[in-house]
Amino acid sequence: MHFKFWGVRGSIPSPGPQTVHYGGNTTCIEVRGDNNELLILDGGTGIFPLGQSLIPEFPLKVHIFITHTHWDHIQGLPMFLPIFIPGNEVTIHGAADPITQRDIGEVLARQMEYAYFPVREAELNASMSYLNIQEGQSVQVGGVNVRSMLLNHPVLNFGYRVECGGKVFVFTGDHEWPFNIYDQDDPDYADYQQMVDEQRSRVVEFFRDADVLVIDTAYTDAEYPSRKGWGHGTFGSSIEAAREAGVKRVFLTHHEPTRSDEALELAFDEARKCHHVGREMDPQFDLAREGVMIEI
Amino acid sequence: MAINAAEVPDLVERMPAFPQGVTKVLDLASRPDCAPKALVQVIEHDPVMTMKVLKLVNSAYFGLSRPINSINHGVVYVGINTIKNLALSIAAIGMLPKSNKAGLDMNQFLAHSLGVASVAKLLATHLGVPDKDATDFFVAGLLHDFGKVVLAQFKPEAFRLCLDQAAEQQRSLHEVELESQGISHDEIGGRLAEVWKLPPALAHAIHHHHHPEQAAEDAGDGMCEAVFAANQIVRSLGFGDAGNPLIAEFPPLVSERFGNDLSGLMSVLGDLSGEMEKARLFTQL
Repeated sequence: MHFKFWGVRGSIPSPGPQTVHYGGNTTCIEVRGDNNELLILDGGTGIFPLGQSLIPEFPLKVHIFITHTHWDHIQGLPMFLPIFIPGNEVTIHGAADPITQRDIGEVLARQMEYAYFPVREAELNASMSYLNIQEGQSVQVGGVNVRSMLLNHPVLNFGYRVECGGKVFVFTGDHEWPFNIYDQDDPDYADYQQMVDEQRSRVVEFFRDADVLVIDTAYTDAEYPSRKGWGHGTFGSSIEAAREAGVKRVFLTHHEPTRSDEALELAFDEARKCHHVGREMDPQFDLAREGVMIEI
Repeated sequence: MAINAAEVPDLVERMPAFPQGVTKVLDLASRPDCAPKALVQVIEHDPVMTMKVLKLVNSAYFGLSRPINSINHGVVYVGINTIKNLALSIAAIGMLPKSNKAGLDMNQFLAHSLGVASVAKLLATHLGVPDKDATDFFVAGLLHDFGKVVLAQFKPEAFRLCLDQAAEQQRSLHEVELESQGISHDEIGGRLAEVWKLPPALAHAIHHHHHPEQAAEDAGDGMCEAVFAANQIVRSLGFGDAGNPLIAEFPPLVSERFGNDLSGLMSVLGDLSGEMEKARLFTQL
């Protein structure tokens, strides 16, 4: 199995000289199984160049797993070339909207409505199918198995655990570790903390022994208090969780759009020092970078 | 005409929540700095919002591997923003009218439900149920009479006859309902909870709150008995009113569970005016 980052930026595309090293496209990861099965995790703007790179493989079969439907994870989908070409088979998996009770297909079709995009979903020439994901569900794509888990974000967000040939790749999508909404002197504090602790254990189990974990690390520990509840992790929370889960290699992603390459590396260096990264048994930590391909 | 239990889920989908809950949710949600715990508190004091939120988080949309018993539990699993938007979508339906053709005073009904919820939670602690599970007893108390809201909203004329007959003949309301409608509010609420895949112990407690001896033996560590007892205690205190004129003595199962009869248990619990006052706060707009 191998994978390649096509977009590592959070929130909004951030092109320009300040971000050229790590890249400005929003979230998109290409994953290939041992038999070259094609899976794509999220359709941020990084899926546009990915789509261009796939032309030699047409007609192709692709399974796209959407972690959640915030713009930065779906914005590139209408410009994903394979959906326009007859003969391609595109299957999109993702969460239905529980508030409006719309299926994932309906949610995504809305960004191709008249006011937003010139081509309607109904006009796409590829064979399109949409499947709602539920927590714990496993999807088999050739020899690749994808299991989902609901992770905490201000919309339903599925993390995906991708397994193939005994190797494990986990992607969180956007995720903030649940925190206690009560103050310590509130009567509900202790019960709530127990539920938070239980949920943390479940998520750590989901990461357990992964060969690669790609994890939302939007904020520095210092930035976090003013962004609590926005649905993202920190350098500190990602480092601690990866250690706890016995993960081998970690890529920190969802880089802040305002963070230059230099600032990103500074933040990373500071976090490594602060959390004493490099201890015995520590996972290998790296910043996710657009264009990087990793063999697992 | 009697209500058709099979149509209840669809009817309740379109049913608005209590004015107190709706007003507070709209107010809180308009503040960018709204504290999650404030929102949870409003939802968990509104029977309609609680029922609908529990329905959603236990539904196939999430497919969660474990039953979700409380609003707090739901927040940990699906996140506060999803719960907030769900509450907003319920608030957008409108508000239950304070009065209805059935003659059920919804403020008094809410007071009764909140009172039973509070006392059921106290009784959970009294039974040695761990704190984290005592909240489930609160939810069961809050939702035990949910079927009455359904009847008042959708079969007001028939329900009014039941309420009047129960009052005139000093008979138990659920027996009158059963006799004249062929189905009583406890069954309506219980079956709805089952169809909506709410946790089984909660569905049992709603379904059997007048006859705890009919609940499955493993149903919720005394939850059903606690709701039965709380129901009688709150009526004995004259707090709120949900249309039942009778206060029932404890059947053997309930007496055994608490080691006391109704008056004995009330003596053990002592002064409940503080608890009732807290409950009353949530009936105010």
